[in-house]
Amino acid sequence: MSKTRVIEIDPITRVEGHGKVTIHLDDQNNVREARLHVVEFRGFERFIHGRPFWEIPVIVQRLCGICPVSHHLAASKAMDLIVGAKQLTPTAEKMRRLMHYGQIMQSHVLHFFHLASPDLLFGFGSERESRNVFGIIEKMPDLAVQAVMMRKFGQEIIRATAGKKIHGTGAIPGGVNKNLSLEERDFFLRDIDQMKKWARGALDIAKKYSIDNIKAVESFATFNSSHLSLVRDDGALDLYHGNLRAIDAGGNIIFDQVDYRRFNDYLMEEVRPWSYMKFPFIKARGHIDGWYRVGPLSRLNTCGFIDTPEAGKALLEFKALTHGAPNHMTLAYHWARMIEVLHCVENIEKLLNDPDLQGTDLVVRGQRAEDGIGLIEAPRGTLFHHYKVDENDLVTFCNLIVSTTNNNEAMNRAVRKVAQDHISGKPKITEGMLNHVEVAVRAYDPCLSCATHALGKMPLVIEMYDVEGSLVDRKGQHV
Amino acid sequence: MSKTVVFKIDGVEIRGTSGQTIMEAADKAGIYIPRLCDVEGLDPQGSCRVCTVKVNGRTAASCTQPIADGIEVENETMEIRNFRRDLVRMLFHEGNHLCPCCEASGRCELQALAYRLGILQPDKYPYLQPVRPVDASHPDIMLDTNRCIRCGRCIRASRQLDHKNVFGYIGRGINKQVGVDGKDLAHTDVHIDDKAVALGTCPVGCIIQKRRGFFDAIGQRKFDLHPIGTKEKDS
Repeated sequence: MSKTRVIEIDPITRVEGHGKVTIHLDDQNNVREARLHVVEFRGFERFIHGRPFWEIPVIVQRLCGICPVSHHLAASKAMDLIVGAKQLTPTAEKMRRLMHYGQIMQSHVLHFFHLASPDLLFGFGSERESRNVFGIIEKMPDLAVQAVMMRKFGQEIIRATAGKKIHGTGAIPGGVNKNLSLEERDFFLRDIDQMKKWARGALDIAKKYSIDNIKAVESFATFNSSHLSLVRDDGALDLYHGNLRAIDAGGNIIFDQVDYRRFNDYLMEEVRPWSYMKFPFIKARGHIDGWYRVGPLSRLNTCGFIDTPEAGKALLEFKALTHGAPNHMTLAYHWARMIEVLHCVENIEKLLNDPDLQGTDLVVRGQRAEDGIGLIEAPRGTLFHHYKVDENDLVTFCNLIVSTTNNNEAMNRAVRKVAQDHISGKPKITEGMLNHVEVAVRAYDPCLSCATHALGKMPLVIEMYDVEGSLVDRKGQHV
Repeated sequence: MSKTVVFKIDGVEIRGTSGQTIMEAADKAGIYIPRLCDVEGLDPQGSCRVCTVKVNGRTAASCTQPIADGIEVENETMEIRNFRRDLVRMLFHEGNHLCPCCEASGRCELQALAYRLGILQPDKYPYLQPVRPVDASHPDIMLDTNRCIRCGRCIRASRQLDHKNVFGYIGRGINKQVGVDGKDLAHTDVHIDDKAVALGTCPVGCIIQKRRGFFDAIGQRKFDLHPIGTKEKDS
């Protein structure tokens, strides 16, 4: 009987939250199986039972310190339905959109510059000691300053719309609790041209990386998949609202313009015993073939066009790389992400010049309902919030499908492919080889816990066990 | 006939009127004494002890202690401040006060006092984490006893201002709770316009008006604009 060995990467670094990767090797060092395990359990879906519905957008955003706005807005959209607000006032919808664009901008910038760029700029296998944000600060200080200032701009947008940079209260069932003052507007308009310039620069870096390294980008953790996102009625990219569209690997429509309140008719979730993260799939395709990807890459694959001029042009260049067919390259997530940053900055500029933001009609209410579903395109992909509320206004049911959950199967496949390509058959496992596995996971910008963690402080520990469970090798930063 | 009473708070000479409590005279003079169970318009109860001062070296609740000629009152001393800090800490630890997702944040007197007293995180006592009920049966009012500090303001307001008996204490000692005169709130004669359930009567987020939620934007809430104790009538 042949022996197997298990390699664990625990925890994975430079991602949001805690997770680990296990790689199972046979006695020839060939990869038999590789899995991404999400080892945190949060329990939000249960412990909000019995709380009043108007608290929920403020409670559930505590899932995450990086993209709390996404949870805040998805829950608020669900609660809009509970209070019967079919159509928000222009001020309310635009304030929420402004908050959301600021959020996506800061989250994407954080991921690209702080988490991913060390791999892209220094190389996957470069020295671990400098392959981090501190290496960027030392070797590319201008870029580091730009990253901080762009993120700050996005965070300030959130502060102005939600009251705080993290975990604010701006969106309430049926609308918002504040508008944008002229002073706040002018504060942002002063820097908007600089932000556009930097967003163009960031996009150039991501695009250049993909084009200069096209062979690696085409092959690294690349596999065919379906893609899913919200799109606007006319098929345009819309990060705040829209209908569901899913396409298969060839770009054919699986379903389109589905009212997201009916998502349960189209999607299901599978539970697997080795992870706390569920595996969603498209019902019509079954749990084996129905998995799909979400996030920036998927959004650019599913949308027909982008309605802001510069990002719209960038999308055409992006699509030209694959001659209009869906782009399945995992590393192309970075390029797509930076197109979205430019789109967000363009939208922020447009909104800042819209007088509706100074309106005073903030909230609408209508006929009370007991079922509320809210979807939004969060930085990491489509985010689903579903609640039921009883006649006493208390929550009785909650189901959240967070963006990273949608990418669960895809991340597992990425891990498996990279492990097979870079680890199989090798006599010795190096730190650089294991970082390849992490780079694949990192491209999805997973938020494994939807929670904050201290960047770069988490120890990377890799342990190898024989089939009897005895430790045969151990590597790590703090070992 | 009332007469002028002269006394000192922290060495400052104050002129009050006979019959006034120390707190009333201090308020009139623009000197803030922290409090939780006391609120203007209701008879003082003297139960929370947060307004404790030293009068000629002996502790007393300033909301119930009458002024007298020549008394020396200690209010903002380190000893009194530490005493108040411990009382407020204990209130946090014996209930379930989750400020980050409580709609009373920013207008909650317990939270505001914690900030004033420099209590920013749990650092002394264990959380008791009691299991307490939420009564959402009434169409307009909700009672979340997780946040109750048993100040009795709702009880006194219901009796003294609304001339009802909607709220009352039940239980003893650590199990003492605010209960309602009926199976639940829906089975009482409470009304949304009652003073007992008006904003500002409950100092925390125990009695809330339904669906109001986070209507006040951060930055525009009561204590965002004027931290507790910086205006004469802020409680």
